[in-house]
Amino acid sequence: MAKSHKPVVWFPFAAGGTVIAFCIPVILLLTFLAALGHVPAGLDYQNMHVFARSGLGKLVIFGVVALSLWSSAHRLRCTCYDFGLRADTLAATVLYAAAIFGSIASAVFLARI
Amino acid sequence: MKERTVQLEVLRYNPDTDTEAHFQRYEVVCQEEWVVLDALNKIKADIDPTLNYRWSCHMAVCGSCGMMINGEPKLSCHAFLRDYEGVIRVEPLAHFPVERDLVTAPDDFMEKLKRVKPYVIPKEKKPISEGEYKQTPAQLMKFRQYSMCINCMLCYAACPQYGLTPSFIGPAALTLAHRYNQDSRDGGRMARQEVVATHEGVWECTFVGACSEVCPAQVDPASALQQMKITSSLDWIVEHLIPGGRSAGDAASREDAVDKS
Repeated sequence: MAKSHKPVVWFPFAAGGTVIAFCIPVILLLTFLAALGHVPAGLDYQNMHVFARSGLGKLVIFGVVALSLWSSAHRLRCTCYDFGLRADTLAATVLYAAAIFGSIASAVFLARI
Repeated sequence: MKERTVQLEVLRYNPDTDTEAHFQRYEVVCQEEWVVLDALNKIKADIDPTLNYRWSCHMAVCGSCGMMINGEPKLSCHAFLRDYEGVIRVEPLAHFPVERDLVTAPDDFMEKLKRVKPYVIPKEKKPISEGEYKQTPAQLMKFRQYSMCINCMLCYAACPQYGLTPSFIGPAALTLAHRYNQDSRDGGRMARQEVVATHEGVWECTFVGACSEVCPAQVDPASALQQMKITSSLDWIVEHLIPGGRSAGDAASREDAVDKS
């Protein structure tokens, strides 16, 4: 039996899962606070804009967005499989394409800043 | 001692006379502290001697009395009647062919167990005169938890992937592979990877985690499988992205195969 090539999709999934676990709750909280008008000092628009303009900032933001998208796509693919949707190739294609599209879009937006 | 009357709905199937399985209801006078297995034994002794099921130790050690109790995989010797209300539905373990009543055929699991080489493949062979293979408590702790499996197959009955894809090697067998991979005396990991790192191996697992929830021995198969996914992924990188890595892996694998024979 041949060894599987699944690590190609699993490694970014695992990395994305870690990113989601550590970063997304914090980002959600900060976004929620910002929506209520309580922007923490140091995280105001000017500072964040400077961060997003720097090379390192772009890389960090892209990493968080792309890995989270990929992880979510893979998790959804697995969930479809768990629920007995055996059209795995179709589910994988649609979900991974969405993740790749989202990642490219974030790269484009970041490049424009 | 307090008594209570319990209603059990048991799946019956006799391959000699039945075309399909059917439920049979029994009313049993039980002691308050009894488990489902006690109730079944009472049925067998006093009400219906034709009822078939497996059991042996009555203390959650032998792993023989696994059944679906109200749809959940459980050891019937570990399922206390006081935890259930109303009619208790007892069925054979899910995902296994039924032989008769609550008795299932474990052949598929036994065959998969063999495929993962669940034994120490010594890293270095030495004559008996050189003494035992020693191990520190820390080395023991790396795999001890994964060696506590009692082969009850509850994890197979709980795993939706095994139910949907019967070729999946499954939680218990893969966990046992991990147990030997983690053993400091063992050198057979690359040989086991031939089964572990395939689609039917760890990659069929989608980390539902039901195996760990139902495990009566707290083995936590899901954690073993996730750890094997990490090592299998690192192997993949070595084999595909590092020049010369593939041949090194193959050589180790061949050595282990020779060791085994």
